[in-house]
Amino acid sequence: MNCKKVILELTSYLDGVLDASVRIDLEEHLSGCSDCRVVVDTTRKTIQIFCNSEPVPLPDDVRTRLHTALLERFRRNARTT
Amino acid sequence: MVPCQMSLAGYLQLPLGARRTVSATDPKRLTSTVVRDDEAQLVSAAKAGDVSAFEELVNRYERKIFRLGMNITQNREDAEDVMQDAFLKSYQNLDRFQGDSRFYTWLVRIAVNEALMKLRKRRPNQVSIDEPLTEAEDPVFREIEDWGPSPEQRFAQTELNEILTHAIGELDPIFRVVFTLRDVEGISTEETAQILGISVAAVKSRLLRARLKLRQKLNKYFRRSEVQ
Repeated sequence: MNCKKVILELTSYLDGVLDASVRIDLEEHLSGCSDCRVVVDTTRKTIQIFCNSEPVPLPDDVRTRLHTALLERFRRNARTT
Repeated sequence: MVPCQMSLAGYLQLPLGARRTVSATDPKRLTSTVVRDDEAQLVSAAKAGDVSAFEELVNRYERKIFRLGMNITQNREDAEDVMQDAFLKSYQNLDRFQGDSRFYTWLVRIAVNEALMKLRKRRPNQVSIDEPLTEAEDPVFREIEDWGPSPEQRFAQTELNEILTHAIGELDPIFRVVFTLRDVEGISTEETAQILGISVAAVKSRLLRARLKLRQKLNKYFRRSEVQ
């Protein structure tokens, strides 16, 4: 396997859905190619950082408007049923 | 590694508002007999007319849907509209939800459609999620620098969130929608394809591009040489 093929298979590799034989080839390449190791490692970290990021709390005014709109809809539905 | 799907499961196990006792003295909090740690039960109760069960679903997902709106539209007012419309439409159409997928996935589908409509309205000639990719750039091997372990811990949470939001905002919509669904929200490749009406191969191709572009954008913050 060469560096270009590693990049093409990167998403499947990081998602754990790569065929076993291809994964073995890829990991063999990684063991001897420091550039590809860095790309794989930093791409994995990119995903983890986004994935682990907590959504910030809703701003109070945004949350108030949302729940007011919902209450209004609940009441309207209650009147029509 | 399917990190966000694992993370989402963990997220759902958190107490958050899910085990909050609903107060009858608070006019916004109605009492309910539903045990509040199961999404399917909450949906069933909401379908049966228990508005506090639906409110519980809103409390559980409002921050995530707002972030989804922000990631796709990159505009606070649009993100608020997206979130509000998604919850109102999901409530209004709850009878049509058959339970084939998780409620959260269904909610995301509604929110994504709302967000894409916002984008199209704002930039009608620039936003397409199904246009073929013609870009020939190869961003991969331009910057090869190790980040070290847990590079995100060098930043305060607020600063990190700003970096991530900014980085996603710099992606073209066709990339940031796919990345947001797959790697931020933990939606599967197949469901992402269904939501966006594109092929699984197209999702995978765009996800690869998005991941590599974001890696490159984050490099300037996280590379070892940035450590003081």
